[in-house]
Amino acid sequence: MALSDKDRIFTNLYGTQPFHLRDAQARGDWDGTAGFIAKGRDWIIEEVKNSGLRGRGGAGFPTGMKWSFMPKASTDGRPAYLVVNADESEPGTCKDRDIIRHDPQKLIEGCLIAGFAMNAVAGYIYIRGEYFNEAMVLEAAIAEAYEAGLLGRNAAGSGYDFDLYVHRGAGAYICGEETALIESLEGKKGMPRLKPPFPAAVGLYGCPTTVNNVETIAVVPTILRRGAGWFAGFGRPKNAGTKVFCISGHVNKPCNVEAEMSIPLRELIERYAGGVRGGWDNLLAVIPGGSSVPLLPKSICDDVLMDFDALREHKSGLGTAGVIVMDRSTDVVRAIARLAHFYKHESCGQCTPCREGTGWMKRVMDRMVRGEAEIEEIDVLEQVTRQVEGHTICALGDAAAWPIQGLIRHFRPEMERRIRERRGLPLAAE
Amino acid sequence: MSGEKGQNQRSSESLAQQGPGGGFSQTHAQGKAHAEQPTHFAFDEASEREVAKFIARYPAGKQASAVIPLLYVVQKQMGRETGSAWVPKVAMDVIAQRLGMPAIRVYEVATFYLMFNTKPIGRYHLQVCGTTPCMLRGSDDVLRACKDAGGLKGYGDTSADGTFTLTEVECLGACVNAPILQVDDDYYEDLDYDRTVQLLEALKRGERPPHGSSIGRQTSAPEGGPNTLTGAEEG
Repeated sequence: MALSDKDRIFTNLYGTQPFHLRDAQARGDWDGTAGFIAKGRDWIIEEVKNSGLRGRGGAGFPTGMKWSFMPKASTDGRPAYLVVNADESEPGTCKDRDIIRHDPQKLIEGCLIAGFAMNAVAGYIYIRGEYFNEAMVLEAAIAEAYEAGLLGRNAAGSGYDFDLYVHRGAGAYICGEETALIESLEGKKGMPRLKPPFPAAVGLYGCPTTVNNVETIAVVPTILRRGAGWFAGFGRPKNAGTKVFCISGHVNKPCNVEAEMSIPLRELIERYAGGVRGGWDNLLAVIPGGSSVPLLPKSICDDVLMDFDALREHKSGLGTAGVIVMDRSTDVVRAIARLAHFYKHESCGQCTPCREGTGWMKRVMDRMVRGEAEIEEIDVLEQVTRQVEGHTICALGDAAAWPIQGLIRHFRPEMERRIRERRGLPLAAE
Repeated sequence: MSGEKGQNQRSSESLAQQGPGGGFSQTHAQGKAHAEQPTHFAFDEASEREVAKFIARYPAGKQASAVIPLLYVVQKQMGRETGSAWVPKVAMDVIAQRLGMPAIRVYEVATFYLMFNTKPIGRYHLQVCGTTPCMLRGSDDVLRACKDAGGLKGYGDTSADGTFTLTEVECLGACVNAPILQVDDDYYEDLDYDRTVQLLEALKRGERPPHGSSIGRQTSAPEGGPNTLTGAEEG
């Protein structure tokens, strides 16, 4: 059964109503916030754990558990910080943009609650530089919240002091990686740090820090208001909740939509995005969770569910839930080669396997598009992806490797066909 | 990020092999950049207010955090003063002094992040998203329209009259409204060849059409109107 509007968290997802505080309060935001804070840190973390919420930024780490890693109190005088990752840059993903520009008070209220739960003195929302207009809305929304006493000293009458700031990035995908984001926020190049130490021990300015995605933080107030059980009631076990999906590419009506987790991919596309251009049988492949996850051919798309575990079973992932649809007119090798270009462009250059590997993979992929290669080079390419994957400080190397691995896994015959065709060789039997 | 600028450098280095095609405008622009590096920069009154606001956001002793915000302040001021929004080297030195950090750290940041223009650009910065979700929806047509209507040879080029600079950018994070052209700070969405040409023609006339969807969509809702959050509960 489809999610009904009364169970949607982001009731102003499309911006049909104003973002202003007064309107947000009419939609239910900031209702009883001080009461949640009065119940204490442990209660909040327990509720978030019980809701089954997993991080919405791509990795899917359980949110309540992440918060519980933060020190309960400062023993050495170091303050703690909440950092919100609004550096939404994963190709195919544009959900946080809508939350920020249309429902910013959900994010701001979530920051206060999360900040309190992790004993943070302040929060920084790191928003990608290109989201200039969105940052302006967020600044205005934060100013309204301060004006109304919802931030700052005795925030929302809770007795807790909490400041919240916007920090704009400047065009670097890598800053979506949490430690690169922290480096960037400290005024440096966005180059990821080695872990451990993890940010919960040594993060922003060397202080305990938790970095959470926008959507993760923004759903928390509603979870507390409606109860952990309500949120956990959507989706399969360990894949709980509602989720904003971004459906782009070759569908009749590309859109963002909040749906229940574990919805079948086909239903998601057909119910909300007007179906695949030319009908379901015209589908070639789908990248189900942003560019970093391997694509799935139609045969898997026919009945796969959209959640962490189901997509993992098919060697892909839910990632950011950026669903990129490709119909049969797609040059699928070029589509993946363009992603190879993306990762080459966005590698920070710190680790050799990624810096050199992303450039190498891009150059080979460009030749694969034209069929200018030997058949055996497909295997070499696959091997190189394995040498990049898992051999870098951060996950960008993995993210660069996986789309190519997915292409070879599912579309090797097409890659071979191009090579044979270019060389005038007989096409393979298959 | 830094990759794009690295590419530019490499392509001008290998100009001899490339011949006079795409490389020419880049060397030209770089030559111009050297000629146009001002010897002086000072924050104006409006910028000073911004600078104070940003520095106050970070704890004492952590002012270096304000380096990206201050680079933006410089770029905006240059846009106001000269019609070309870029960050000259002397301004990076001013920022370094203001934030008490070594100048090299400011240079590093200014060159690492794609959004800082370290050489002069045209009056309008046309930034075409070419990443896969936009590619699937026709970003090749948007690029072609920019070249045709803007008098531009390709990425990295600035039009002869200084009106436009064309840059390829990576995913802008508005994929359900693809393809996207970002003009300075604004996203123009759901474009095709003709609507991109119309947009550039309007810019040439000094008009700024409203940004957002070029086909009148309600932001990220499906074309024709939302099918959720309609107020009428679905069954």
